[in-house]
Amino acid sequence: MSAPTTPNVAAPASSTVQTLTIGKAINMGLRAAMERDNKVIVMGEDVGKLGGVFRITDGLQKDFGEERVLDTPLAESGIIGTAVGLAVRGYRPVCEIQFEGFIFPGFDQINSQVAKLHARTQGRVKVPMVIRVPYGGGIGAVEHHSESPESYFAHLAGVKAVTPSNPVDAYWMIQQAIFSDDPILVFEPKKLYHMSALKEPVDTAATPMPLFKSKVLRTGTAATLVCYGPTVKTCLEAAETAAEEGNELEVIDLRALSPMDLEPVFASVRKTGRLIAVSEAPSEASLTSEIAARVQQECFYSLEAPVLRVTAFDTPYPPSKLEEHYLPDVDRILHAVDQSLEW
Amino acid sequence: MSDMSSAEQWTHPGEGDLPPATAAKPTKEQVIAGLRATTEGGADLTQLLTPEGERVASPIFDPYVADIDFAALRGLYKDMVIVRRADREANALQRQGQLGIWVPLLGQEAAQVGSGRALRPNDMAFPSYREHGVGYCRGVSFKEMLGLFRCTSMGEWDYRKHGFHPYTIVIGNQVLNATGYAMGQKFDGKVGDDDGEATIVYFGDGATSQGDVHEGFVWAAVYDAPIVFFCQNNQWAISEPTERQSRLPLYQRARGYGFPGIRVDGNDVLGCLAVTRWALEACRHGNGPVLIEAFTYRMDAHTTTDDPTRYRLSDEVETWKLKDPIERVRVYLTRNGGADASFFEQVEAEADEFAADLREFVFNMEDPPPERIFDNVYAEPSAQLEAQREEFLAYLAGFEGGEH
Repeated sequence: MSAPTTPNVAAPASSTVQTLTIGKAINMGLRAAMERDNKVIVMGEDVGKLGGVFRITDGLQKDFGEERVLDTPLAESGIIGTAVGLAVRGYRPVCEIQFEGFIFPGFDQINSQVAKLHARTQGRVKVPMVIRVPYGGGIGAVEHHSESPESYFAHLAGVKAVTPSNPVDAYWMIQQAIFSDDPILVFEPKKLYHMSALKEPVDTAATPMPLFKSKVLRTGTAATLVCYGPTVKTCLEAAETAAEEGNELEVIDLRALSPMDLEPVFASVRKTGRLIAVSEAPSEASLTSEIAARVQQECFYSLEAPVLRVTAFDTPYPPSKLEEHYLPDVDRILHAVDQSLEW
Repeated sequence: MSDMSSAEQWTHPGEGDLPPATAAKPTKEQVIAGLRATTEGGADLTQLLTPEGERVASPIFDPYVADIDFAALRGLYKDMVIVRRADREANALQRQGQLGIWVPLLGQEAAQVGSGRALRPNDMAFPSYREHGVGYCRGVSFKEMLGLFRCTSMGEWDYRKHGFHPYTIVIGNQVLNATGYAMGQKFDGKVGDDDGEATIVYFGDGATSQGDVHEGFVWAAVYDAPIVFFCQNNQWAISEPTERQSRLPLYQRARGYGFPGIRVDGNDVLGCLAVTRWALEACRHGNGPVLIEAFTYRMDAHTTTDDPTRYRLSDEVETWKLKDPIERVRVYLTRNGGADASFFEQVEAEADEFAADLREFVFNMEDPPPERIFDNVYAEPSAQLEAQREEFLAYLAGFEGGEH
């Protein structure tokens, strides 16, 4: 089976290395894509003069004009539905949804048009659009500003989904997604946008890794942690602590949520025999369910313990004073590691 | 209404044809139409009290405020002062880290108090998330509203008792919910005479772009629902001026759905009270729905996380300060002998006391227990969730025993 192809995103002639946050890296990635192709347009609520509520599109309207950076009317179905038409017309729209909790007025368009036009027309109509979705919790927000709805979109055939956990991925993923001929949702871990501890050098002349590949971030033999987006940082911290206790954990950043690249996870589980899947989303019928199902099928004879999951609970996102209990943290991950090791 | 029967009239705006909303600079027509943030609500603005505190006679609307004597007007004044003082206190509490976020209503006191005081106990109000002043008029304590902004709850008032629905954060969702509630009032036979019930729903200029709001208008029209659509046009949807949402003054949209739309000076508490009473009366008698556009201004940020200096000019804010909803009532009362200095001093003192009490309360608010996460997800228990809750509690208990 051939892996999904990654669009070729060539480095510009004049490259630089800059130390960036995830948020700034996305901003630079958007800028690079807009410079490369004038059919790339950005659209969403407050993305123009304000630069978006997270400032991810900061400065783009000033430099590319109001016709390429559109402050749209306040309606998510409108944003996504008109982006479909623009894509059909030859544009590469990049939609910003202000917070994940507001994507649902647009869900009909995503499900019924974005995901299905290509198959419906036997490939005659392509929908090369990107939907950027700030997601995840831990920011002390009010309702609808902290959720993790990615599983709905992974469940939906016809759209792809990726999520960066670091500035280098953030810079390249947005560009690779924009130049893909498929519609792609980019889930952006909002808690990490401006976290200076995650700053790292981004080399715009580097060769980016393929978009739909997972990545082993830390090798170990005791157990495997698979994670994505906001939980990658937490899992790496958990692995540090476990190492102090003598347990080397392997940590894999999924990167692509749909389709998932689970070969590195299978290889890891064949080595460690134990897997803990970590996500901020509720567990019921989720990405972590999918991982557990596939791993038990592929690695049945290697497993020393059942696949365990550390996730949010199967409840609505609570008032954020309680989110520290709701979201996976280092303690809950290590508790699951202990359970797995003691099985 | 004969002009409305002409097909020509329905399809072509005709004279005063509006320019495209995307024009880089506001045109005179856009300013006059009120599509650009402006002090002028245009010729169709209903106003009973000018910014200078002059009472304007209105044959249509005066009867709806005939009972508002000096004492009643002093009451409205006091409502607005207290609501503003509470709003400023909450804003300060957010700055001091006591609240996670605050959604200021500064500048919208008249729209909220005027419309809120027009409601009767049996009426139902569906707020968006900025209607703290309406909540106050419905008898909801600010203390019951602040949990949402301290992120300890989703709002704790008794929705039925107060006739004030929970706050809705997803833009425009509540307009459909309110329409359904109003349909229920009608199905229950509570519409048709002076004692009829009605519903009011609050939303902003930005929300008018949402499909839910359009559908709410359609449903309400088709079912003759007794609902007042109360749009507070505060000129800004975060960073986007109203012209990003419409080519046409918002109240005129009602015509396309087949019900009346009216623009009132949202900074005129008397005007808002009169127009809302008028609209509610139409609804009670089965002549709803009605759209009210309260033309006002968001004097502060969208929320405490917003920085309006990035997208609007301070000149505009300064101009609107001259249209202050509270000051005009003070001028009117003073000039006409409706209140003396001691009254205003007393109101200030009461507002200070109100704010101090609120402050004390917030500082002493306790966090909810962790197991609250699992409460009330369903009306009927779920075994799966109960098992998760038990596992979580056992996990928490492990920390107490020093297991971790």
